[in-house]
Amino acid sequence: MSENLVEIKNLSFYREERCIYDDISLNIPKGKVTAIMGPSGIGKTTLLRLIGGQLKPDSGQILFAGQDIPSLSRSKLYTLRKKMSMLFQSGALFTDMSVFENVAFPMREHSRLPENLIEKMVMMKLEAVGLRGAMHLKPGELSGGMARRAALARAIALDPELILYDEPFAGQDPISMGVVVRLIRDLSDALGLTSVVVSHDVPEVMSIADYIYIVAEQKIIGQGTPEQISEMKSELVQQFIQGEADGPVPFHYPAQSYKSQLLGEDP
Amino acid sequence: MVSKKIELLVGLFVAIGIAAILMLALKVANAGIAGNGETYQLYAKFDNIGGLKVRSPIKVGGVVVGRVENIKLDQEDYMPIVTLEIYSNYDNFSEATSVSILTAGLLGEQYLGLDPGFLDEELDIGVLQPGDFIEDTKPALVLEELIGQFLFSQDSED
Amino acid sequence: MLEKIQSLGHNTIYIIAGLGRAMMMLLSAIVQVPNPKKGWPLLMNQLFSVGVLSLLIIIVSGTFIGMVIALQGYTILVGYGAEASLGPMVALSIIRELGPVVTALLFAGRAGSALTAEIGLMKATEQLSSLEMMAVDPLRRVIAPRFWAGLISMPLLSAIFAAVAILGGHLVGVDWLGVDSGTYWSVMQAEVDWSNDVLNGVIKSVVFAFVITWIAVYKGYDCVPTSEGISRATTATVVQSSLIVLGLDFILTALMFTN
Ligand SMILES: Nc1ncnc2c1ncn2[C@@H]1O[C@H](COP(=O)(O)OP(=O)(O)OP(=O)(O)O)[C@@H](O)[C@H]1O
Ligand SMILES: [Mg+2]
Repeated sequence: MSENLVEIKNLSFYREERCIYDDISLNIPKGKVTAIMGPSGIGKTTLLRLIGGQLKPDSGQILFAGQDIPSLSRSKLYTLRKKMSMLFQSGALFTDMSVFENVAFPMREHSRLPENLIEKMVMMKLEAVGLRGAMHLKPGELSGGMARRAALARAIALDPELILYDEPFAGQDPISMGVVVRLIRDLSDALGLTSVVVSHDVPEVMSIADYIYIVAEQKIIGQGTPEQISEMKSELVQQFIQGEADGPVPFHYPAQSYKSQLLGEDP
Repeated sequence: MVSKKIELLVGLFVAIGIAAILMLALKVANAGIAGNGETYQLYAKFDNIGGLKVRSPIKVGGVVVGRVENIKLDQEDYMPIVTLEIYSNYDNFSEATSVSILTAGLLGEQYLGLDPGFLDEELDIGVLQPGDFIEDTKPALVLEELIGQFLFSQDSED
Repeated sequence: MLEKIQSLGHNTIYIIAGLGRAMMMLLSAIVQVPNPKKGWPLLMNQLFSVGVLSLLIIIVSGTFIGMVIALQGYTILVGYGAEASLGPMVALSIIRELGPVVTALLFAGRAGSALTAEIGLMKATEQLSSLEMMAVDPLRRVIAPRFWAGLISMPLLSAIFAAVAILGGHLVGVDWLGVDSGTYWSVMQAEVDWSNDVLNGVIKSVVFAFVITWIAVYKGYDCVPTSEGISRATTATVVQSSLIVLGLDFILTALMFTN
């Protein structure tokens, strides 16, 4: 096995009373594409934020290249974050800047490159996501799918060691979906970047990932290479990758029984 | 990052702001000419200062030559002592100068009026030096006392 | 009874915790080595949106308030035959009180609310989080330039307000009601003192600028990142900073203008 860039050990995390993660452990190998799948609202975005150090776990360790993220000081954390980047689920483009400036932003902040070089690099990234023509538009003038691709271009602007993609395929048409899939794959193969992809799109994840974790019910319910996953016997896993409504994975947010609520009974 | 237009407007804004402060200082408060100039102190002891206040103007023939800097009571004879802050360009008052407490208009503010006397070397009347007392003082006219005196004199005439 | 005491305790802790967070935010935003190359353009942009864009409302209201004071003052003073004192009356009431206070209230409504809403929206759309993930401190990048811009702009706006108000008073008192122009200015100059009046007015406006901008950026930074949360935060900025300005004004006046 190759070495791990991120190791999560015995992590537990609570939102107020509600348990999101109960004592999970997982590894993200260096230079590979690791996918995290799971039902909506299970805490995948939360996991990425934990890795990014924006949330602190209630217990457990999150090691990035050997450093325990939750116990780092503010300034160390900021230094470490220069090595990672995150594609937010909402895109989170800066609304007061054009697409070009958004992509140029991390380069201007963290590199001392001359302006003409930055310009070339931004063009390259925008070309990769097919938005070179939309360079001068403001985020408010982009469609949802375009905004996510612009955000993707910004996330990969500095070719960081670790890129966390939160739903990179959402809202993409089949063509741009294919482009994005290839882009993520290429970054990992050609530059050796480590990627974590959170997604619901089973076929894309199967085609892109080197290793897959499936989370549900505060636990990791299945893990393995795409082949191993599709051959897994576990009902939970099969229900998820086949997309069946009935099965052991609850489709509903935890609630009292439907019947008793309709009848107005006390829980 | 910053467009020329924004830089220009911000520059204009700051310039207008500074101009406004300058106007308040020079045109409204007149700080440049008199307020911050050099001054020296004189003292005067009155029987009664009436409504005189710290910062009341000191005038000679209607021209402001200074301000009242301080008012306190003499510890021994309990008479008010007024500290006069006079602008240094008026540094030639004779020792025969008299000072009186006057009122602007019927109900107006009270101010100090200086009546500069003559310099006379034969009579040995020199120039007031900083820190000197002005000997010749006339107290404030207090309306109640005036009325009292008027009534009293009416009575005695009968 | 016990419940009331408990809720009192709860509220006290809540308020103190909020104050603590606001203090920490401000400290970490402004206590740092400035980086002129990056900071200057940010400050410029904020001076524009906080200062330049507030200029019009300040000039218009300043002119009108000066005119109204002159009109009211004249009708009162003329009864005592004291219309010569119109100049100092306008100047002193504007410089000591109305300039700093009205500017502060207008500033809270015009710029403070905009600051809160903008920062709140940046939080709600995860722009602040994404700055953090890009290893750019949002306190430094977003909060600090806005804070400094507010602190610089408001005293300037306040001075501009006072200047145009005194000119507005001149317009009504001299050009319309016929007070002598020389009297207007000279009596004003005799009465208004640079350090006692003008400087104290400037100090007031600096204090107000500090409080309003602080409240505005904190409310935005600390808001619940939803549309409702942002609208609440914006309202809270205007209401709280206006009330605090009026309260502080009383305290400052008591300290400055009573012997
Ligand atoms: N700020 C918050 N305060 C309290 N609870 C939260 C907060 N943010 C998220 N949660 C809860 O945490 C859980 C996990 O949220 P998260 O956003 O990680 O889900 P997700 O797996 O990314 O879902 P999706 O696939 O829909 O994006 C959700 O059930 C949500 O209710
Ligand atoms: Mg999510």
